[in-house]
Amino acid sequence: MKSSLFAPAVYGLALLTGGWSAIAAAQDTDLGQPLGEGGEVLTTGTNASAQDEDEGGLTFTVTDESDWEDLGIAIPAFATDRDVPTPANAEGTAALGREIARVITANLRNNGLFEPTGPDALPNPAFGQITEPSWGSWSGRGAEMLVHGYVTVKGPNVVVGCYLYDVALKKELIREGYEAPPADWRRAAHKCSDLIYAQLTGESPFFDSRIAYIAETGPKDRRVKRLAVMDSDGANHRFLTLGSATALTPRYSPDYEKILYLSYVDGNPRIYVYDIGSGKQTLVTENRNPTLAPRWSPDGDYILYSMAVAGNTDIYRVPVTGGRAVRLTNTPGIDIGGSYSPDGKKIVFESDRSGSQQCYVMDADGTNQKRITFFGGRCATPEWSPRGDQIAFTRIAGDFNVAVMTPAGRNLKVLTSGWQDEAPTWAPNGRIIQFFRTARNSGRSGLWQVDLTGRNERRLPTPVDASDPAWGPIRD
Amino acid sequence: MNTPLKTVMLLAGVSAIAACSKEPPEELPPPPVTTPAPTSAPTPTPTRSLAPQPGSQAHFEQAVGGSTVVYFDTDRFNVDSTDAAALQAQGQYFLQYPSLTFTIEGHADERGTREYNLALGERRANSAKNYLVSLGVAAERITTVSYGKERPIALASNESAWAQNRRAASIMVN
Repeated sequence: MKSSLFAPAVYGLALLTGGWSAIAAAQDTDLGQPLGEGGEVLTTGTNASAQDEDEGGLTFTVTDESDWEDLGIAIPAFATDRDVPTPANAEGTAALGREIARVITANLRNNGLFEPTGPDALPNPAFGQITEPSWGSWSGRGAEMLVHGYVTVKGPNVVVGCYLYDVALKKELIREGYEAPPADWRRAAHKCSDLIYAQLTGESPFFDSRIAYIAETGPKDRRVKRLAVMDSDGANHRFLTLGSATALTPRYSPDYEKILYLSYVDGNPRIYVYDIGSGKQTLVTENRNPTLAPRWSPDGDYILYSMAVAGNTDIYRVPVTGGRAVRLTNTPGIDIGGSYSPDGKKIVFESDRSGSQQCYVMDADGTNQKRITFFGGRCATPEWSPRGDQIAFTRIAGDFNVAVMTPAGRNLKVLTSGWQDEAPTWAPNGRIIQFFRTARNSGRSGLWQVDLTGRNERRLPTPVDASDPAWGPIRD
Repeated sequence: MNTPLKTVMLLAGVSAIAACSKEPPEELPPPPVTTPAPTSAPTPTPTRSLAPQPGSQAHFEQAVGGSTVVYFDTDRFNVDSTDAAALQAQGQYFLQYPSLTFTIEGHADERGTREYNLALGERRANSAKNYLVSLGVAAERITTVSYGKERPIALASNESAWAQNRRAASIMVN
């Protein structure tokens, strides 16, 4: 039985500086209530039947990846052995099983990956059929793949089993089980979505992840900008700041315990380290200068930020535990942003040292700075793919569009065509990019995502206007 | 009386790019026009207190007209001759009232990425500050803050609006 533990929230982070109690009180004035994270989720074996689940994994490889977008998948309601009350759903475990199937269906459909059919258009399998599908009733529905699952309760937790079958072969392809606190039942649905996605495409998973962004309301000249977070499908949405101070450019830490972002809470643009568990924040560096453009190192041990001194902006690195900041760039131009390669050895950043915004790569210690973009137009907000093979950026050539290129600055591919598409952020698996699109004149903005083909583009639903998305990694 | 003319110049200074009013007034401007002229006021009306006081933004604006704000070309932060004239007007005012402190807000138009614009606004605010310091205004009296593209003054998405938003505005600290 596999049992990988979801990282529990660990509180009590090392503060960067001491003796800041008065300032700490003032800088917390824009903060909302701390986010109560649900807790942990176990990956378990599955045991819909009384059989021993340890049968050894069947393996199956989809050889033709180019056509998987047309793959039909039937996802009926997850069955339950006994319909019992659960804090995860007021109507009980049967209703929860239907809801989980809906979440999986929406995940697979909304990302343009497959052609799923959800539980509201399908018969409900019985609990006993989860491990022994009624093949005849599914083969006539045009679905090549079948997802089955179950929901039971175990103490206070819910247990969700997830099975993927090939209908034509009448074969199980893969199965997994998850034990989660009731508040985290959606994570089980996302884990199941990830299992299906990874099995069918051969790609890494991405559904069980979160997004930090800036929620926007109000007129263009008095925009209220609040720090907000949500799951990858828009669920579990929370505002983390109250809106009395402008918040910008968040970045989730790799462990989801902290968020770096810019706030004007003391009247000046400064980077704060917001601790999700405690709901408190600290300045990234004890300094009177404006600090901008925060980024994490892949291991979460370092913070990159940009700082303007007498008008000149350069990039710095500081350990997350505090200590001395190291200046990485030293030019009269604006050097800003920065995104680590997944191995942490290189940083791509933007600079106008040549006269206009262009993208540069340097070693993580600031040496070997080299310009990589030479294709006309400007290069801004570069973000290194989690796979390492691509860099996404804002291409400014008349309009603003999201584009990708190799880390050597080759194979430019423009993925979007809006008037102002800005600030790409990668899905954890490096296959999908989110960004924000601003409308001309009104200044209204929303979150969008596009895949690397540029064909599958869609707007993400958010409660209010939105900008500055930052996609976090896959959760453990 | 030149009171009506003065009012017109102020309005023009707000909407147009600071081309006029290089000359700071030598004396304090007259108090705002009150409805009927006080003919036989039984008690002395405190008209002086209605006039903007030194240190207020209104007083500063009355003194330098549209020159409280300087404007920049796209992606630029250099002080051109028009900016220099405006900053000289500001400089005379701040040298005349040496106890006043103020903030220079740097701004950018919406046609730049958010983070770069924050850095650009900081650069513009510092350009204006450095020019004032070169005129003899003490650096300790001047703070800077950048709002990037977050606080546009003109709301349309066209060249004229963007030109008005690429600015450094001097604001009195009360």
